[in-house]
Amino acid sequence: MITLPIRVQYTYASPPRHENSPMPTPIVLTARGLKKSYHKDRIDVPVLRGVNLEVQQGLVTALVGRSGSGKSTLMHLLATLDRPDAGEVFFRGNRIDNAPRSVRDRYRNHDIGVIFQFYHLLPELSAVENVLAPAMIGKSVLGYLRTRKETRKRADAMLDRVGLLHRRKHRPSEMSGGEMQRVAIARALMADPTLLLADEPTGNLDTETGQDILRLLSDLNASDNLTILMITHDDEIAAAADVCWRMSDGLIQTEHEDKNHNDRAARGLATHAA
Amino acid sequence: MYRWLLCFRYLKTRYIALASIISVTLGVATLIVVNSVMSGFSAEMHERLHGLVSDIMIECHATGGMPDPDAHLREIEKICGPQLVSSTVSVSVPSMLGIEYRGQQIGRHVNLIGLDTKTYDQVSDFGKYLLHPENQKSASFQLRESGYAPDRKELSAAGWVHRRDRVDQERKYEQMVAEERRLMAELKAQAEGTEPSEQQQASDAAATGPSFDPSFGPSFEPASDASHGPSFSQELMEGSEDRLVAAVDPMTEQFPGIILGISTCSVRGRDANGEVIDHYYAQPGDDVRMIFPNAAADTKVVNQKFTVVDLYESGMSEYDSTFAFVRLDQLQEFRGMIDPMTGVRSVTTIQLKLAEGADLNAVRDALRDRFPPELYAYNIQTWRDLQGPLLSAVRLETTILNILLFLIIAVAGFGILATFFMIVVEKTRDIGTLKALGASGRGVSSIFLAYGLLLGFVGSGAGLIGGLLFVDNINAIAGVVETITGQEVFDPTVYYFTEIPTIVEPMTLAWVMIGALAIAVLASVLPAMRAARMHPVQALRFE
Repeated sequence: MITLPIRVQYTYASPPRHENSPMPTPIVLTARGLKKSYHKDRIDVPVLRGVNLEVQQGLVTALVGRSGSGKSTLMHLLATLDRPDAGEVFFRGNRIDNAPRSVRDRYRNHDIGVIFQFYHLLPELSAVENVLAPAMIGKSVLGYLRTRKETRKRADAMLDRVGLLHRRKHRPSEMSGGEMQRVAIARALMADPTLLLADEPTGNLDTETGQDILRLLSDLNASDNLTILMITHDDEIAAAADVCWRMSDGLIQTEHEDKNHNDRAARGLATHAA
Repeated sequence: MYRWLLCFRYLKTRYIALASIISVTLGVATLIVVNSVMSGFSAEMHERLHGLVSDIMIECHATGGMPDPDAHLREIEKICGPQLVSSTVSVSVPSMLGIEYRGQQIGRHVNLIGLDTKTYDQVSDFGKYLLHPENQKSASFQLRESGYAPDRKELSAAGWVHRRDRVDQERKYEQMVAEERRLMAELKAQAEGTEPSEQQQASDAAATGPSFDPSFGPSFEPASDASHGPSFSQELMEGSEDRLVAAVDPMTEQFPGIILGISTCSVRGRDANGEVIDHYYAQPGDDVRMIFPNAAADTKVVNQKFTVVDLYESGMSEYDSTFAFVRLDQLQEFRGMIDPMTGVRSVTTIQLKLAEGADLNAVRDALRDRFPPELYAYNIQTWRDLQGPLLSAVRLETTILNILLFLIIAVAGFGILATFFMIVVEKTRDIGTLKALGASGRGVSSIFLAYGLLLGFVGSGAGLIGGLLFVDNINAIAGVVETITGQEVFDPTVYYFTEIPTIVEPMTLAWVMIGALAIAVLASVLPAMRAARMHPVQALRFE
């Protein structure tokens, strides 16, 4: 495991709502008893052995674990990119893991945003076109053409948000890793998702750039009340999250550490003061 | 939307795919060129074939022909009704053409046709294939002064000009020969009592005498009595001709006019430079001899001299090399086809022209019912029947070429298939990304289908443009190929067209385009299905 050589200088601000209401925040995503194994030469290799998970709205939830602990597989199941052998996934109380294909496509396109360790931008498209991709996928040709102006405006706004408006015409091959990840974040935000799934968003970046990305995510969480589920192998990053789940051997090993909101707020203040 | 954006981007960035559709381009271009040339050829051929023979032809195989053609025509009119537009009668008889050329007799087998120019032109094209511009407007069997085929230098003198020159020369020559004979006789008479030096002188004169004009040379000498030459037996010479000969002054008068098919009296070849040249054994103004059977029960041979008044060039070698035309009434007279009692003239052939769009086969069958072959020695055929084998051969050729060329495009389809599989593998991660962004399997597969369609469109569009340009400049291209290879692409001595005929049919273009597009799309179906079925997680992990 890589440990950060310097003190992590960011924190996630708590959503303002928490300050006002002590009520438990609503659950966005629930996983119950998720099991998944891969088959290789008639040998079952279990990856997930019954995972239970909850993601609360407006919080940054970290899922930390070593390589091979099954966290990426879990994320694929949550994003309905794969189907569990057993167990259920609920999005806002609706079961989606066995929903029809079109419902799952819509869920991925509209309700969640996903960012990956390797950015996965489309190399043929410019930054702004990559950001536009979810909108194009989600709408019919006519629908897209009708709302093209607003959609383009929103894409520019998203790029501006991640600080890359000046590079809107650039191809991914002309950008650095950090910039590509920013474009990927802008793309994930395009559909105004309820939940952002981030699979090792800093895994392929140097520390400083990684921190920039994390700061951006925390800003988004603070200002837009964006719910984030972040998968990482880095304890330091995980420690900064509102909620942290630890995973190993296909199971959630430790119960989530829901830190005290006030505590977190104080820490944030402290950091700011420092 | 993303499908079109992506497949346009793929088109712009994947040149390997463009390479794979070059074969589509070539296939489409070749198909267009081949179809244009073939349909140009067959249209030209149809036009000529149909132009030469009328819609329906009733031939009587009896030597004497069918008596009372008017009664026949009335009967035919009853059967055809309003469909009949016009009709003509003619006499067709196998005969031998004898051309006297520089003292040699040239014999050709021809089909001598007696026709009525006015009605004949109504049922089929006749006048327009004649060489003299005036005759093209209205054919006549009178020799014209000059002006035959202004674009052919070999025929610049043809007509009365040529005739007078020739007769003049012949007469001069005959005079010379006569003079020489007289001289020889004188010398012979003197030789009995004179010294040898004078005889020497005389034989010198004899030796130099005949070669007064190198072009006529010594070989011309037998020509003086060629009309009694070895190729005609004495019996044949006792034809109707001798009666006429005395009456005709070739300087100012002509024998009955005859129009010869151009290949019966000329040969086409090339000079040392490869230029096409025609060489004429007889040209308008010359006299030729026709030998044909008469119509009597105990058939006799008629031997008749005619004056060539024009040449007939349809471009169909079969016709150009076998036809000779004379006036119908003259031929009937020569053959004795006029009933001495009633004055009714018989004919051997009735040709009919039917209204546009009439069902030729139905009319033919009705006529066959009326004149059944069991009772009449008539052969009733449409023009398609006459040229059936040729037409079907061309059709078969076109079909086979089309199949072969479409196979080429199909082979190109496999090239596209392979290239697309490669592109799908290369794009695996992008496919995973698209699916993670919510693209459906159908959406992803339609990227590749649209890509195939677009490639097919670009490829066949380029082929269409290239093919049309090629067709447009096909003669210039043939010329370039000729100069490079030294091989004549389109040999006018063989085809009788000076230019490659082409017809571009929009329907053919449409079908070729549709076919090529269909093949391109079909070739992208398998890769597209593979892309659609790709598991998003495996695709995202793909390195």
